[in-house]
Amino acid sequence: MTPSTLQTLPQGIEYVRILPEIVLSAFGIVIMLLDPLVDQRRSSRMLGTIALIGSLAAIAASQYQTQCPPGTAFWDMVRVDAFSIFFHIVVTTVTAVVILTSFEYMDVQQLHAGEYYALVLFGAVGMCLMSSAVELVLIFIALEISSISTYILAGYRRRVAISSESSVKYFLLGSFATAFFLYGVALMFGATGSTSIAKIGETLNAGPVPLLAYVAIALMFVGLGFKVAAAPFHIWTPDVYEGAPAPIVGFMSTAPKAAVFAVLLRVLFEAHAPGRLWLIWVVAALSMTLGNIGALVQDNIKRLLAYSSIAHAGYLLVAFAALPSSGIPAAMFYTAAYAAMNVGCFAVISHFASAGERRVTLEDYAGLGRRSPILAATLTLFLLSLIGIPITGGFFAKFYVFSAALQADLVGLTVIGVLNSAVGAYYYLRVIVMMYMREPREETPVAPIPFGLGAALAISGFATLYLGLLPGRVLEYARSAAALLR
Amino acid sequence: MTPNLHLWLIPVLPLVGAAINGFLGRRFSRQTVAAVALGFCGAAFAMAIAVATQFSSLPVVPHIETLAHWMRAGAFQADFAFYLDQLSFVMLLVVTGVGFLIHIYSVGYMWEEGGFYRFFSYLNLFMFFMLTLVLANNYLLMFIGWEGVGLASYLLIGFWFLKDSAASAGKKAFIVNRIGDFGFLIALFLLIQHFGSLTFAEVFQKIDAMNPETAGAGLLSTIGILLMVGAAGKSAQIPLYVWLPDAMEGPTPVSALIHAATMVTAGVYMVARSHVIFEHAPTALMVVAITGTLTALFAATIGIAQTDIKKVLAYSTVSQLGYMFIACGVGAFSAGIFHLMTHAFFKGLLFLAAGSVIHAIGGEQDMRKMGGLRTKIPWTFWTMTAGTFAIAGFPPLAGFFSKDEILWRAYQTNWIYWAIGVFTAFLTSFYMFRQWFLTFFGEYRGEADHAHGDQTRAGVPAPHGHGGIHESPAIMLVPLVILAVLSVAGGWVGASRFELFLSPVFYSHNSGHLIAPSSEEAAQMRQMESLESTLTMVSVAAAGLGLFLAWLLYYRRPKLPQQIAESLGGFYTAVLSKYYVDELYATLFVKPLVDGSTRILWHTIDQGVIDTTLDDTADSARDVSDTARRMQSGNIRSYAGWVAVGAAAVIAYMIWVGTR
Repeated sequence: MTPSTLQTLPQGIEYVRILPEIVLSAFGIVIMLLDPLVDQRRSSRMLGTIALIGSLAAIAASQYQTQCPPGTAFWDMVRVDAFSIFFHIVVTTVTAVVILTSFEYMDVQQLHAGEYYALVLFGAVGMCLMSSAVELVLIFIALEISSISTYILAGYRRRVAISSESSVKYFLLGSFATAFFLYGVALMFGATGSTSIAKIGETLNAGPVPLLAYVAIALMFVGLGFKVAAAPFHIWTPDVYEGAPAPIVGFMSTAPKAAVFAVLLRVLFEAHAPGRLWLIWVVAALSMTLGNIGALVQDNIKRLLAYSSIAHAGYLLVAFAALPSSGIPAAMFYTAAYAAMNVGCFAVISHFASAGERRVTLEDYAGLGRRSPILAATLTLFLLSLIGIPITGGFFAKFYVFSAALQADLVGLTVIGVLNSAVGAYYYLRVIVMMYMREPREETPVAPIPFGLGAALAISGFATLYLGLLPGRVLEYARSAAALLR
Repeated sequence: MTPNLHLWLIPVLPLVGAAINGFLGRRFSRQTVAAVALGFCGAAFAMAIAVATQFSSLPVVPHIETLAHWMRAGAFQADFAFYLDQLSFVMLLVVTGVGFLIHIYSVGYMWEEGGFYRFFSYLNLFMFFMLTLVLANNYLLMFIGWEGVGLASYLLIGFWFLKDSAASAGKKAFIVNRIGDFGFLIALFLLIQHFGSLTFAEVFQKIDAMNPETAGAGLLSTIGILLMVGAAGKSAQIPLYVWLPDAMEGPTPVSALIHAATMVTAGVYMVARSHVIFEHAPTALMVVAITGTLTALFAATIGIAQTDIKKVLAYSTVSQLGYMFIACGVGAFSAGIFHLMTHAFFKGLLFLAAGSVIHAIGGEQDMRKMGGLRTKIPWTFWTMTAGTFAIAGFPPLAGFFSKDEILWRAYQTNWIYWAIGVFTAFLTSFYMFRQWFLTFFGEYRGEADHAHGDQTRAGVPAPHGHGGIHESPAIMLVPLVILAVLSVAGGWVGASRFELFLSPVFYSHNSGHLIAPSSEEAAQMRQMESLESTLTMVSVAAAGLGLFLAWLLYYRRPKLPQQIAESLGGFYTAVLSKYYVDELYATLFVKPLVDGSTRILWHTIDQGVIDTTLDDTADSARDVSDTARRMQSGNIRSYAGWVAVGAAAVIAYMIWVGTR
């Protein structure tokens, strides 16, 4: 940054390039300001509605960005193109669904709504910014914005011990991992003299790669790998997911992960990171295997899905080992499909968990098929998608990832992946079997599905089926977006 | 101008039926549910008939109808499109025809069961997926049908889910099929990678255009073998057959429709559909033939010792599917499809008749407790007799023609296939007549006065208002009679005429195979014909021998089998317990996996590493004060330790790469 560039203030179009972030921040601040002013009893509903409007406005803002010419803003720190818009839309949509799910959840759990919705929106700001930042320091800041919001949200059930525990664990380990990332950024600056991804890419592509750059990539990968719960940095996941509020688990297992995967794509492909192949090969194979085997013996559905999310991070990383031309779109498609099905799963779990999250073991799901056919049917849809059965998004997600891997001649990794997905079928099926083929343990009726949750289920269910029936458009979009990254 | 046949309606009609019954059926009366299910399934059958009437006047075969574009990604494209040629035409008629008959039968059979609407909703759903599979224009759409029939089969096997064995049988079927699907999927990936397409016509054209010398037989063999892995899963071939006998936990009409007549033959159809790939891949063909031969023999030997009437038929199905794969493996695809068709008739019939027997004596499936039923349920007896003679291969019944053709073609490739095939035919005849004698002849060995609606069948009490052995209602007998007629007459079309009809599918790329033999060839053919008739006599004699032996052992000297079993000792036990294959699988694969994950992950890591550090606090872990202690107890430190170890490994690796 030369002094002359600093003197010119950002132009109008440059603000459009951070429009979703502006919108989300503005709504977040409004909620913070209103919180003390409104009546406690009505605050939950009202603040939630404001947050929902905020997230919808952010979706609209992301849509609006597609109308504007792609380009950079704020002294080349942010770039908005088809790639970042794709992740903006994933993040903002997940945010809207999570807010819809939270309406009822906050009431049932008797939680004070105030900062909750503000934090969700602020988290989304960080995630959006992550996917459009093209400068490592800004990426770091965005990562922290998103992480700190989720640390607090994880402990939001203050009266519950495991929730506080979850928050503290997540915070301590997360900070530990962030430090790795920051070290990596520093070393990368030392190695290439820049923190701009494009410039780093040029330097690394042009000449001999200094050893320092390898170490920098390693450190950044550790930090990011932790955030997406890839093995061997996954160990925090089950404990944190078990304790955190269910809608928040749905949030943090999808939106921040999508954003971090966007960063990983930029760092690995746009910056021409050296030596990625075998590193990712091993991490992907390890994540898939440990995640799936770990899930086999879980009896708590939140822990089960925590291990499942480790496994899915593994499947996704398979795409990173493939060639950029097919790997990047496959990875993008996978993030979208995974977001749809997982956020849907947790919407069902949030509703069914009841006050104090009492019902979260598999035993509790016995006979759900009879007690609440709609809830059971939607959960079955999401689980089938997680298995990867055709006509759901999960099928094509796996399909594209594995075919990308085969195009790169990664036969071994593909075989590991497909075998793993066969193992995975077992534990998802356990849940379905529980719901449909076991006698209910208690006959108390499941609470009727309120409007907000119904909308959340409808959106995620529709997205799952849409990606499974007509994946072409999304894939084509991802393909054109991926072309910009190289 | 190519006529629009609206092929898409054929699969979609049953789907509509499934949706109506699935969503609204709970409120319908049984009559309405049955009317909806039969109506939509019958409409699909009527559509198939309508297609049949127009088939000969189609200007272009294969006739392709595109419903909608599905996805385009670069050069790769897949559509919702349907493909009608002679092969899918035959399958279409078999699936809708037999399917419709079994729907009718089910109305009678399931009348008193709970979940009536659920059953028919699943059954219609199955028809939708099966017809999609059969009519698909590309492998991807076919795969959707393929997975879908698996799902429907899973739902139907587990229909009596209150019974534990039914639920676990459903799960077993699903998981074993996943292993097969894994092969199928990889084959599809390879096709995309090398041919950039999954559309049948396009892939086959590209393969045909390959130079036979440099055709990359390695690649095509790999694809072929992987496809065969998929087919082995769905069509219950060695080593993936273990799910089919367990699948008999489902209601009997399901066994007849899915596990005998239609779904399990999908693998054969897929291999026949992919014949271009297999013809260019001799290794893959050999794998198909050997798998088929071994399965046919192996399953037949297990069938001899089964005492459950449905299990006998299940192993017999596995064995007959083996015959179909032998046919495909020796390149006689049309013979395989011919057997598929006749098998759909007689095996569908046998299952339905078995269901009628079970129904008559109140849910008993153990043949040792039957006997003497011939006079009590005459309709069932006579139709089952037709089916038994057909499967045993007695002329002029349907099974004789198709099996004979397979054996003859097998002989021309390698006499070993033929020899094993004939021996299997002898075994088939033996265990089928064993079943026939045990069920219908001799004295009735069951309890004289039994409660109808026995728990053994359903696990759900299904109280009948009447006791005693009784013939099934007409709604169950009519399909039996129709299938019996087809089992008798279905083969009269003759293997050669059938082959001629299918020849545009199987010989389009090397035309002239069937046309105008030269005089030299004619002489050779005459010689062949005499050989063929000799071989035919051998196989008929084998069937006769089986009948004689079964008569001797189970009618004339019923004490003898017991003595033989005793003198054979261990071997008989091994056969009786299906050679312990299930146990072997359990020890080799299932147990290590579960044990390993339990022991290593749960016990060692979760409990050993993590929990030992907080064992003291485990009891009162819900306490806030304890939580603080728990967090200080080294738990997080150990977690951070794991992260640090991982980080160290990553950094070390990158330094190693960087300095290399």
